[in-house]
Amino acid sequence: MTTLADTPALIEPPHRLREFWDYFSTNKGAVTGLVIVLGVLLMAAFAPWIAPYSPNDTDPSVFLTPPAWQAGGSSAHWLGTDAIGRDILSRLIHGARLSLAIGLAVVVLSVLAGTVLGLTAGYFRGVFEVAVMRLMDIILTLPSLLLAIVIVAILGPGLMNAMLAVAVVVLPHYVRITRAAVITEMSRDYVTAARMNGAGHLRLMFNEVLPNCTAPLIVQASLGISSAILDAAALGFLGLGAQPPSPEWGTMLADAREFVLRAWWVVTFPGLAILITVLAFNLLGDGLRDAFDPKLKR
Amino acid sequence: MSLPDKTIEASAAPVVVARDLKQVYKISRGVMHPADHLQAVSGVSFTVLPGKTLAVVGESGCGKSTLARMVSLIEVPTSGELTLDGVDVVKASAAERHTLRRTVQLVFQNPFGSLNPRKKIGAILEAPLEINTTLDAKARAEQARAMLALVGLRPEHYDRYPHMFSGGQRQRIAIARALMLKPALIVADEPVSALDVSIQAQVLNLLADLQQELGLAYLFISHDLGVVRHIAHDVLVMYLGHAVEQGDKKTIFAQPLHPYTQALLASTPGIVGAGAPRKRIVLSGELPSPLNPPGGCVFSTRCPHVTAQCHNARPVLRELAGRQVACHLAEQFT
Amino acid sequence: MALLEIENLSVKFPSKTAVMHAVDGVSLSLDAGDVLGIVGESGSGKSVTMMALMGLVSFPGEVTADKLRFDGHDLLKLSANARAKLTGKDVAMIFQDPTTSLNPCFTVGYQLAETLKLHMGLDSKAARKRSIELLEQVGIPAPESRLNVFPHQMSGGMNQRVMIAMAISCSPKLLIADEPTTALDVTIQAQILDLLRTLQKDLNMALVLITHNMGVVSEMAQRVAVMYAGQIMETRSAHDIFEAPQHPYTEALLAAMPERSDGAARLATIPGMVPGLNDRPVGCLFAPRCTYANNHCRTDRPELREWQDGMVRCHYPLPGVKP
Repeated sequence: MTTLADTPALIEPPHRLREFWDYFSTNKGAVTGLVIVLGVLLMAAFAPWIAPYSPNDTDPSVFLTPPAWQAGGSSAHWLGTDAIGRDILSRLIHGARLSLAIGLAVVVLSVLAGTVLGLTAGYFRGVFEVAVMRLMDIILTLPSLLLAIVIVAILGPGLMNAMLAVAVVVLPHYVRITRAAVITEMSRDYVTAARMNGAGHLRLMFNEVLPNCTAPLIVQASLGISSAILDAAALGFLGLGAQPPSPEWGTMLADAREFVLRAWWVVTFPGLAILITVLAFNLLGDGLRDAFDPKLKR
Repeated sequence: MSLPDKTIEASAAPVVVARDLKQVYKISRGVMHPADHLQAVSGVSFTVLPGKTLAVVGESGCGKSTLARMVSLIEVPTSGELTLDGVDVVKASAAERHTLRRTVQLVFQNPFGSLNPRKKIGAILEAPLEINTTLDAKARAEQARAMLALVGLRPEHYDRYPHMFSGGQRQRIAIARALMLKPALIVADEPVSALDVSIQAQVLNLLADLQQELGLAYLFISHDLGVVRHIAHDVLVMYLGHAVEQGDKKTIFAQPLHPYTQALLASTPGIVGAGAPRKRIVLSGELPSPLNPPGGCVFSTRCPHVTAQCHNARPVLRELAGRQVACHLAEQFT
Repeated sequence: MALLEIENLSVKFPSKTAVMHAVDGVSLSLDAGDVLGIVGESGSGKSVTMMALMGLVSFPGEVTADKLRFDGHDLLKLSANARAKLTGKDVAMIFQDPTTSLNPCFTVGYQLAETLKLHMGLDSKAARKRSIELLEQVGIPAPESRLNVFPHQMSGGMNQRVMIAMAISCSPKLLIADEPTTALDVTIQAQILDLLRTLQKDLNMALVLITHNMGVVSEMAQRVAVMYAGQIMETRSAHDIFEAPQHPYTEALLAAMPERSDGAARLATIPGMVPGLNDRPVGCLFAPRCTYANNHCRTDRPELREWQDGMVRCHYPLPGVKP
């Protein structure tokens, strides 16, 4: 009988998370992105305790105060105040909650729906696949913001409807990624082996195929958060998303339109907040994609 | 775990009987043209007894992989009879085919693609039991561990992932998985082709040991005649979907009667004292397209002994000198 | 003067945990018109050796050698450009999988002409004429019709012939064939090996044949080098190495072949595994798996030394004669 000596003890390779971190950490941009994202997350989590004021506290006596380092500014309002005296710093901190909530909710919705659609389309093929993919193609041909506006116009303005609209708009990306990954997986021998052993459809789809499709989904999801935040901000700017007095960053921009020349800080800081957060998520997503890509493994 | 000791009697019932198996694929050529018909397997018949190995030999495009897929129930034959453990596969209902899964299992060629990279070895081995039996988790784990030991792996391998193993070890795991439902027949599709020589030897030894201990029948697909000569009892040589020669291994290797078998044997580089010129039969040309097979004998386009009769009439498989051969000119080689 | 001289070639791949010695102190020499077979299993370093010669080892691999001379030129001292010019013309390499070695986006004719224009300076018309000649030389029927064909439209055997045509187009002095027939059917393999043998004789090319298939090497090569874990274990004439191997690894490898089993039910196997990144032995690399090893083998690494018309890296070459 084959001796056990033929199979010496395996040297324990590094744990998968450790290996993943090793690849990820070599990308300085990705680590920066991760740090900023974590910072924004903490900010959002502890907003009521960090923010100096409530976001809706108005103080007409100090409206349009410049930031603390400019002439006329004070340390009571580090980033200045807006037209009705609300502290911009506090509104930004509270706005982080909204922006992150929007980003995460949209991504969760679209990942769930997109994965199920892509999985079933790639698994069953045939007419169902054609129908799903053509529907996704139609969604893709329409300019995303326009489509979101149309959906919100139908459903009525508001944060929930804006999130739904954005989720529908980004859905095709997840469906396509999932379907492509599923089709590749279906041709693998281990799926054939499982099918031969009598595995039913559900087990094949969720137990054998789906776990191997997660890498591109994770990358797309992290990039998707940033575009969701942008889209929601755009809708908010147009007055179709979060409604004032909500401190959502895009809505803050809308309120500040008329003050661009007079009080630059009312426009610039919400804009910067969007920029930095979106950039951070993009860097994080890029880093994840590089870390997952086996071809780059050295 | 004690495995039933199967004693093989000479008159044991065959595990698999195939008669005139055919597989035709329809290749769509768009809406405007009628579909093409690809004859992947054209009328192959064989029998495999318990404890014996039938090797199916041929090059790419000969239909041996399609044959493997038919016998392992992945595909249903277009026509012909296929009997597994007494049950007719073609006529069986879906439920019957479901139970037949326990009779035949498949070992794949590529050790790096046949194991799910996201599952631990234990889970991979237990999956067939989960789906097909009512054993509880403890019993399943016990059987999985016992199977690991049977194929020469260590108990701690139960918790590892496939990428931590070498090609040879993965093939052992694949063989272990195939044995979980205690099949009577294992279809092995080029199981050692992707392995180094020294690892190949280990896996071949394992297969031989398991065959002896468990009384397994093997349908062994291979293009490597050195391996076939070592492991097979019977040989079936295929070319372009047809069986050109089949019978006992020793008989065929000692005196191949079909020109294709002769060319295969002559083309296999062996160690005959380096530089010594072997009787070389180098075939001209390439394999014809299976969509457009030659009329008459399928080998006529490349055969060094071809005559007019070969182009006109397709030779039938007939008994000659202790084996079956499909060639008009076979007598001249005896 | 030898065509190719390699002395103490090493290729290291540093990583976070350890250094991987892909090639460890390889020394080879080749005269014009010689046929050398390099045999080894996966991880033996046979492919990386030739890639190092061709300058194809990229970062983070580090290539070092005492001597690396081709056709009188010192490859270690040439600039990357000069080296590419030299090796591009006088050394040709063909690879295992012909479908992926040819560019799928360009026709066969385009790829052939590209090499001819670059290294031989031919114009389009002359390149086309020469391409047809080359395709005929490698045995492709109706060559004119193949010039506008894409690689995926031809079979593996045909693609390999095209690869060979590209390789010999500049009349190289050395052809390196890395597992040229492993991906091909047995009968096609026979055709390709025949072709290589004919071309080698007609063009008086030196041929280095890298393979794991001992049978192929026994038919084609005059001399054989056996590699294990990055080192050369034995170099000998093809006839002698199969009749009377001097290194225990060669003996074990030959014994494991089914063709040599002589009807025995079980094949001889080599216990253990090839050393990986973290368990490279201090002494002889094969000692953990060698049936003849003793303490001396496990502590002192043997050098590659001359031994009975060849070279062997073993303290006690077979048949058990002490040095």
